[in-house]
Amino acid sequence: MSHIDWFPLLLSLRVAAIATLITTVVGVAGAYVLARFTFPGRGLLEAIASLPIVLPPTVLGYYLLVSIGRNSPIGRGYEALFGQQLVFTWQAAVIAAAIASLPYCLRTATAAINAIDLGYEEAARVAGLHGTRLAFVVTLPMAGRGIIAGISLAFARALGDFGTTIMVAGNIPGRTQTMPIAVYDRVQAFDYATAGVLAGVLAAVAIIVLLGVRRLERTAL
Amino acid sequence: MTLDVDVRAHIGEFHLDVRFALRPGLTVVFGPSGAGKTRLLRLIAGLDRPDDGRIQLDDAVFDDTSTRTCTPPHQRNIGMVFQQPYLLPHRTVLANVALSVRHGDRVQRRARANELLEQVDATAFAARRPGQLSGGQRQRVTLARALAGEPRLLLLDEPFNALDLPVRRQLRRLVRDLVDQTDVPTLFVTHDADELADLADHVLLADHGTITTMTDPATARAQLDR
Repeated sequence: MSHIDWFPLLLSLRVAAIATLITTVVGVAGAYVLARFTFPGRGLLEAIASLPIVLPPTVLGYYLLVSIGRNSPIGRGYEALFGQQLVFTWQAAVIAAAIASLPYCLRTATAAINAIDLGYEEAARVAGLHGTRLAFVVTLPMAGRGIIAGISLAFARALGDFGTTIMVAGNIPGRTQTMPIAVYDRVQAFDYATAGVLAGVLAAVAIIVLLGVRRLERTAL
Repeated sequence: MTLDVDVRAHIGEFHLDVRFALRPGLTVVFGPSGAGKTRLLRLIAGLDRPDDGRIQLDDAVFDDTSTRTCTPPHQRNIGMVFQQPYLLPHRTVLANVALSVRHGDRVQRRARANELLEQVDATAFAARRPGQLSGGQRQRVTLARALAGEPRLLLLDEPFNALDLPVRRQLRRLVRDLVDQTDVPTLFVTHDADELADLADHVLLADHGTITTMTDPATARAQLDR
């Protein structure tokens, strides 16, 4: 077993944390809109948002690579703004993890909001609450457990993403090599001892996070 | 204060036809289950829309289908008590009432909420969560919440149905006192003849979706006895 480089663990935690932040904002807001508003194209939007669950991760990664690559409008715009390409950076890994994990948060939160008896919101509306205040005071707290469950699922998914990340961020040691990719990389090099340690650490981090979230869930209401 | 209601609404096979002018005091909307009483309150509160007609409280037009006017529920300034309490389970009793106080800063709203809880004899459990209260205690709190916005109109939809008879009697007295003290015109929906006898200044009869007959309690009771 060679000297173990812990960069992939720190990178994975950073990527998963930022991706989960994005997923939480987009996923919870999206869930609220899907659960509480009717508009043309809602079903289609819901289906598109769920695609990352059914698409093979490499296929999702391929489409993402095409969408944010150097020849795409997004890729060109990013390069003009920041002076470097977006693909094969850790930022691209964040985008990959966020998109791959979004539906887990979105679907769980939507189901949690749909499960609330509409009477609570109606009573609050008659009592003078509306708009974002209604959402933050009534709807989202009442769906709190489900939303936390969705966020934790999204974090676990973001932490473990392999296929989508390797397509758009590659496997650059010290730059874009996340934990799951490092495990794969060590196995390819027949360094099973290091792979085992890395896999064990990743599994332990995931389990600790889920246990922590379970505690939070119990005290949320 | 005058509330004028003249609306028609279709809900599936059910046809609602309402026409009345509300008088001051407490009006009991009386009729069997399925007569459209709850639907009527939902229309007045703005939770449902009429297909045709007009609802107006003084100079405020709540609904007018001819001009496509529809005031959203939060702007109608109505106090409402539902069949279920619908108190927020994650907030204390005091916070639940304070949320419905429309004016003042946080401290003023909580002070006003405390006054209201005192009025309904519920200060003892101000710091508790709704889940820790009995059914009767919860409905006391919902009465305080309904009054918190200084409403121009009070709607009560069979609020005491799920409660034991002694508690119902207590709460009926409380409602009667609150209406007399606050002078807010009130619609009280029930299918219970005792509640009609105990509470009504006026009676609005609901029958198979037709709610057009405003009468006095004595006449209504005489009709019932027949």
